[in-house]
Amino acid sequence: MKKVLFFAVLSLVFNSCTDTSVNKLPILGEREPIEKTVDGKLIIDTLYQTIPPFSYFNQDSLLISDKDFDNKIYVTDFFFTSCNTICPIMHRNMLNVYNKYKGDQKVKFLSHTIDIKYDLPSRLKKYATKLGVEGNQWEFVHGSRDSIFNIAAKSYLVAAYEDNTDPQGLVHQGWFILVDTKKQIRGAYDGTKEDQVKQLMLDMDILLKEEFGDAK
Amino acid sequence: MRNKLVYIFLSILAVTTIITSCQNEISLNSKRYYVNGKRIYEKNCQSCHGADGKGLGTLYPPLTDTSYLKLNRSRLACLIKNGQQGEIIINNISYDGVMPGNENLADIDIAQVIVYITNSFGNKQGFYDAETITSDLNNCK
Repeated sequence: MKKVLFFAVLSLVFNSCTDTSVNKLPILGEREPIEKTVDGKLIIDTLYQTIPPFSYFNQDSLLISDKDFDNKIYVTDFFFTSCNTICPIMHRNMLNVYNKYKGDQKVKFLSHTIDIKYDLPSRLKKYATKLGVEGNQWEFVHGSRDSIFNIAAKSYLVAAYEDNTDPQGLVHQGWFILVDTKKQIRGAYDGTKEDQVKQLMLDMDILLKEEFGDAK
Repeated sequence: MRNKLVYIFLSILAVTTIITSCQNEISLNSKRYYVNGKRIYEKNCQSCHGADGKGLGTLYPPLTDTSYLKLNRSRLACLIKNGQQGEIIINNISYDGVMPGNENLADIDIAQVIVYITNSFGNKQGFYDAETITSDLNNCK
C-alpha cells in the first residue's frame, strides 16, 4: 500500500513538471543583451528582435499597418497569385488554420504578395474571394518592392526574391511565421507540410493561452 | 486411371493460366499507367488540384466532375498539354482562371496521367492508350 502511494505521488510530480515546461513557445530571431537599472541596481536584460512598423494596401485597397495587428497574434507568409508551385499547397493549408480561428478577434492572418507588378489590390481581392475568404481577418497585402523584400529577409527571416532563371521569375520559401502581441517571432513552420501546419495550430493555442489566459 | 486424372488436371491448369495471363496483360498495362500517372500527377498537377482531386476554392477546379471528364475525354490530352483559359463549368460552378500548359510532358506521360485522373477521385473510366493520345493531340485546336 505504501509503495503504491509512493509511485502515485512520484507520477504526480513528474506530470506536473512536464505540464509547465511545454506551455511556452521560444522567442526566435536575433537578440542582444541590454543593461538597465531597476530599483537602483544594474541588471542585464535581453532585447528580442521585433517586427518593425509597416504599412501596405490590402485586398480592399485600404491602407493597413502594424497597428491593425496590435493586441493580436498573427500568422504571416509570402506568396503570389499566379504561383503554381508551392503557393496553392500553402494556402490550402493556411485555409484550414483560418477556418479554425475564423471570427476570433485575437487572431489575424497576413499574406504578402511578392509579385509587385501584377498582384495589385484588385487582383488580391479576386484571389481572396475565390479562395473563400471574406472580411479582413486574413489580409492580402501589396507593398513596394523594397518594403516587401526587406521585411521578408530582415524581419520575418524568409527568403523571397526575384530571379530571372526561375520559370516564373520569383522565388520564395513557404514558411508560416507566428508572431505574438509584442511583435516577436514565436514559431516558423513549413506551410507545405501538413504535420507542421498541425503543429502551428497547437502552438497557436499555447500562445493564445500565454497571451490572453484561458478566457476565450 | 490416376495418371489420366493428373493429365486432365494439369491441362485445365495450363489453359486457365494462359487465359488469365492474357487478361492480366491488359490490366497490368492499365495498372502500370495508373501507377506512373500518379507519380506524374503528384509532380505536375497536385499542388493546385490537390491530393484528393478537390481543387481549391474556386481558384482551381476539382477533377471529380465525372460527366465533364467523359464529355471532354478526347480534349483532355490537349488541355493538359496546352493549358486552359477562359470560363469552364465544373460541377455546376464557374471557374475562370488560367491553367498553364505542360509542354514538356511526353505523350506517354499525358496518357498515363489521364488514366490516373479518370480512374481516381470517384471516376472510373477505364484505360486510355498511347495510340488514342496521338490522334487526340493531332486534333488540338
